[in-house]
Amino acid sequence: MTLQPPAEPVTTPAHLERSSHPLDHAVDAAHAHAHADVWLSDVSAGYGDRTALDHITAAVEPGSLLAVVGPNGAGKSTLLKLMAGLLQPWTGRIEILGAPPGREARRVAYVPQAELVDWAFPVTVEDVVMMGRFPRLGPIRRPGRGDRRATADALDQVGMSAHRRTQIGRLSGGQRRRVFLARALAAEPDLFLLDEPVTGIDTTTQELLMDLLEQQARRGKTVVATTHDLACVAQRFQQVMAINRSVVAYGPSNLVLDADVLARAYGGHLLVVEGRTVLLDDAHHHDAAAPGERHFHEQDPGR
Amino acid sequence: MGVVLDPLEFGFFVRALIASSLVGVVCAVVGTYVVLRGIAFIGDAIAHAGFPGVVAAYMLSIPFYLGAAVAAVGTALAIGYVTKRGGLRQDTAIGVLFAGTFAFGVFLFSTIKGYVADLFGFLLGNVLAIGPEDLIALVVLGVGVMVVVALLWKELLYATFDPLGAAASGIPVDRLEYLFLALVALTIVVSLQAVGIILVVAMLITPAATAQMLTARFTRLMIGAGLVGIASAILGLYLSYWLNVASGATIVLVETALFLFAMALGQRGLIARRRVRAGGDEVALGPGSR
Repeated sequence: MTLQPPAEPVTTPAHLERSSHPLDHAVDAAHAHAHADVWLSDVSAGYGDRTALDHITAAVEPGSLLAVVGPNGAGKSTLLKLMAGLLQPWTGRIEILGAPPGREARRVAYVPQAELVDWAFPVTVEDVVMMGRFPRLGPIRRPGRGDRRATADALDQVGMSAHRRTQIGRLSGGQRRRVFLARALAAEPDLFLLDEPVTGIDTTTQELLMDLLEQQARRGKTVVATTHDLACVAQRFQQVMAINRSVVAYGPSNLVLDADVLARAYGGHLLVVEGRTVLLDDAHHHDAAAPGERHFHEQDPGR
Repeated sequence: MGVVLDPLEFGFFVRALIASSLVGVVCAVVGTYVVLRGIAFIGDAIAHAGFPGVVAAYMLSIPFYLGAAVAAVGTALAIGYVTKRGGLRQDTAIGVLFAGTFAFGVFLFSTIKGYVADLFGFLLGNVLAIGPEDLIALVVLGVGVMVVVALLWKELLYATFDPLGAAASGIPVDRLEYLFLALVALTIVVSLQAVGIILVVAMLITPAATAQMLTARFTRLMIGAGLVGIASAILGLYLSYWLNVASGATIVLVETALFLFAMALGQRGLIARRRVRAGGDEVALGPGSR
């Protein structure tokens, strides 16, 4: 996309500098390590020679409902992959459920972005949800009655029982996200890692999925979800980590979601309407901007 | 009935019938995953890589399947490694390995003095020439492949459908990848004598492709592919016997004919798609509809 010259350049306010911002060090490292389900210490990672994440430190306590926000290319999916053990960090240490990533994999459910799924694959809704049971079954053993019950129960929770024999390609976007959340639920994990679970879906589905995730968090399960939807984050997530290659802010959502912090996280891609942050990221389109909207155009962070 | 039963009086025909049925089923079952993973090219490459093994086995006077197994499995694992670690594009790396190994086979072949009709059989298939000992080895190998698939079908399915989700939840996706490539290699070894190096990829791909036109459920897809594979093998073998033509090619032609038939008339085939489109119903039916 092309950016117009900034109408009103905004520089990072001094009080938001990394070392001095109160949210950056909201957690005491040693204490957090002992109690966290997800713990990252000074982690850097990337692909080839491209750095995706730079010196990330974070601790997520059990029962947290954490949203990871940031612009496209900020490293949200990479962060989730590190937590899932799908990517090895270059430097730094990670512990997931008290062990190196991958060691407690059967207690982790990871849901990839919808774009990464082959929707033409010859599996039904029920087949996909049953896959959530496979890791705990182990090789050789076939799914039994308990697995079928867990699958049916998960489908029921997301309201997809009526579609259980439908091939997944026939589902709407919202239904697809429901099915993948059902797969995660059927796995009965202690840690949910969800890449864009509420992106591009209708409000009803979004409410339903968030209700289910809240319920899991109340039961002591930990939920980490990347998202673009800041309205949803503000309403439904307790905790937010705003990243843009490094952690910009991390803490309770009501503190993190202020315009100044977001301006730093999103660089030049923040749109503020009448004091309220409504739209972020590359979906932002200048030509469609209504009069009176205010644009922040900071330095573009390496994109 | 005479035309059907008479050939069964010949030992070579019965052996050929057992061998091609086995090949038809094993190829179709393993091929279902090959099709869903979209690695037909890898299957073709592994088949060609078996050739130097076959020639070397001939020169060393050891059973062909030992040489073919070493060469094919070795290449399969090399492809797996290059795919994961290499800086090259996957198809480029495979193309290099594919042509290089086959050229090595032709090179070895050309060093043999005199006429070696047996070896030509491995290029184009000669199922009627399978001896009793070879057949026992092929049945053991084929059944072994089927047993492994039967034990790991769900892990293979999960790793094929969603490798990230599977790996994150503790399925050993990388090891399964190597194991699967080794299974493809062994399947090809089982098939070499029946259909030959050049046509074996059709045995892997076509039955599953045919079944894809008929169903959108994994288990039905695999069973359907197996049925297409075994029916084509038996029908093709008889046709080749009656018409006195090459057996491997005839089996592949029967499969191809069934595929074209299914593509035209199947519930997920061309005509069905056109009807769906004309009805204005937005239904995803398969690849290309995304």
